[in-house]
Amino acid sequence: MTRRWLGWLYAGPALLVLAIFFVVPVLAALLLSVTDYDLYAIASIHNLRFVGLRNYADLLSNPLFWQALWNTVYFVVVGVPLSLAASLGGAVLVHSKVARFKGFFRTAYFAPSITTVVAVAVIWRYLLHTRYGLINYLLSMLHIAPIDWLGDPHWSMPAIILFAVWKNFGYNLVILLAALGTIPADLYEAAELDGAGAFAQFRHITLPGIRGTLGFVGLLTMAGYFQLFAEPYVMTQGGPAQSTLSVLYLLYDEGFKWWNLGRASAVAFVLFLLMYATALLQHRWTREHRP
Amino acid sequence: MRRHTLLVNALLILTAGLTLFPLVWMVSVSLMPAGTSATYPPPLWPAHPTLANYTELWTHAGMARHLLNSLGLATVATALALTLNVAAGYAFAKLEFPGREAVAKALLAALVIPAQVAMLPLFLELKALGLVDTYAGVLVPSLAGIFSIFLVRQAALAIPHELIDAARMDGASEWTIFRRVALPLMRPMLVTLGVFAFLGSWNDFFWPLIVLNDSDRYTLPVALAALSREHVQDNELMMAGSVVTLVPVLALFLALQRHYLAGLMAGAVKG
Repeated sequence: MTRRWLGWLYAGPALLVLAIFFVVPVLAALLLSVTDYDLYAIASIHNLRFVGLRNYADLLSNPLFWQALWNTVYFVVVGVPLSLAASLGGAVLVHSKVARFKGFFRTAYFAPSITTVVAVAVIWRYLLHTRYGLINYLLSMLHIAPIDWLGDPHWSMPAIILFAVWKNFGYNLVILLAALGTIPADLYEAAELDGAGAFAQFRHITLPGIRGTLGFVGLLTMAGYFQLFAEPYVMTQGGPAQSTLSVLYLLYDEGFKWWNLGRASAVAFVLFLLMYATALLQHRWTREHRP
Repeated sequence: MRRHTLLVNALLILTAGLTLFPLVWMVSVSLMPAGTSATYPPPLWPAHPTLANYTELWTHAGMARHLLNSLGLATVATALALTLNVAAGYAFAKLEFPGREAVAKALLAALVIPAQVAMLPLFLELKALGLVDTYAGVLVPSLAGIFSIFLVRQAALAIPHELIDAARMDGASEWTIFRRVALPLMRPMLVTLGVFAFLGSWNDFFWPLIVLNDSDRYTLPVALAALSREHVQDNELMMAGSVVTLVPVLALFLALQRHYLAGLMAGAVKG
């Protein structure tokens, strides 16, 4: 083996695995989405037919798809800004000069983000229980009537968003905290001498200083939130009245419950396009609002 | 100024209460006798603590088996992912080879494709290979990761060229340089990557749910989800199941948090 090819020996195994288990399946998904691959085709490949864009057309005329799309967009559009705002607020608190035990708080806040979604969803299902749940108990102290969080189609998505904000709070917080640490302290000192208040300092020093990281964190969170699945699978099973059925949940049902792999592949590509378009939009927005 | 200090720290404590309470309460409820948590107002503490829920999990739900499945799979996944990604990431940073830039560019472009797009055909592919409903089938998607490769590449780029050239001048083989020079210098990043891989495998739900049929091979999240559909009313049992699922990862995180968080923060600022 000459030195020239040594790099391939190091990179080869990983690249081979990626090619076989990622690149080939992605290309195959594109092909699959223009066929009627279903249970009959699994039985015998001779039953497979090319259907062109029919899967996509069917999808666009399927009310369930629009419901899943709407639910997912609802989760992303409400959940991502809430998540970012909560994490940024927390990061500013921990970063504060007067905060004590920073290491402890950082760890305490981060803990939920490493937990298994299924396991913590089970806890939240109990917290959100209509009759015995702690959240309704606390609300009753404020004279608010019990809310059927997971059984009322109006409240099921807000409940899942609340859970997601709790779960992802610490991860984004730690990344934003690192960004806050890169802002020179003398900027704040100068602003203070000029008589700028806390809010003015936040708007004119903190926000511009972490803009890049905030965009990056937003992108990551958005990508994650578009892949909503385990939360509704455990907490609501997509219900009530399909109010928490996400695009990925639809893909799972189509693909692995009904074995319509052709149609499910079309769902996969629509999800991909959706994520890609949103990322591009967000990227452009971050660039245009650069100071 | 004093009021400001008090307010900030009070808010910090309150927030810690919000993030930690569900986890602490989970342990508390898991120690309550069956049926006693479904009262109003919800009990915060078990009046008569018991380990009955854990015994039930072990004897009837086969939880020990699922715990071993998860531990074994996450350990193997971490070892394989580290080996493949570290070697590849190092090559992209420090070894010249034909086609390197083109492959790196292609990988970067592929980074935007979500894993779910590949999963339907991957299932068919594994079916053809006879890997559906096997441990190997669960491992496949977590073996090599583009994101991880770039993470390693970033860390390897930070190693000064002079150091490697000096070792070459001294007649060290490329393998020795990789083992004795590069790996020790990339250690902090390797810990982060290792924890990342372990958590990714341990917490993964979508893929094992798809690829596994036989409940004997279920990982903890899949087993827990199946259990929760059967035992919707058994809060105490479910909480015990959550404790079993969460304690290993929380322990791992607490043991390595200093390295892990530092790696995460360093990576974030650069990116």
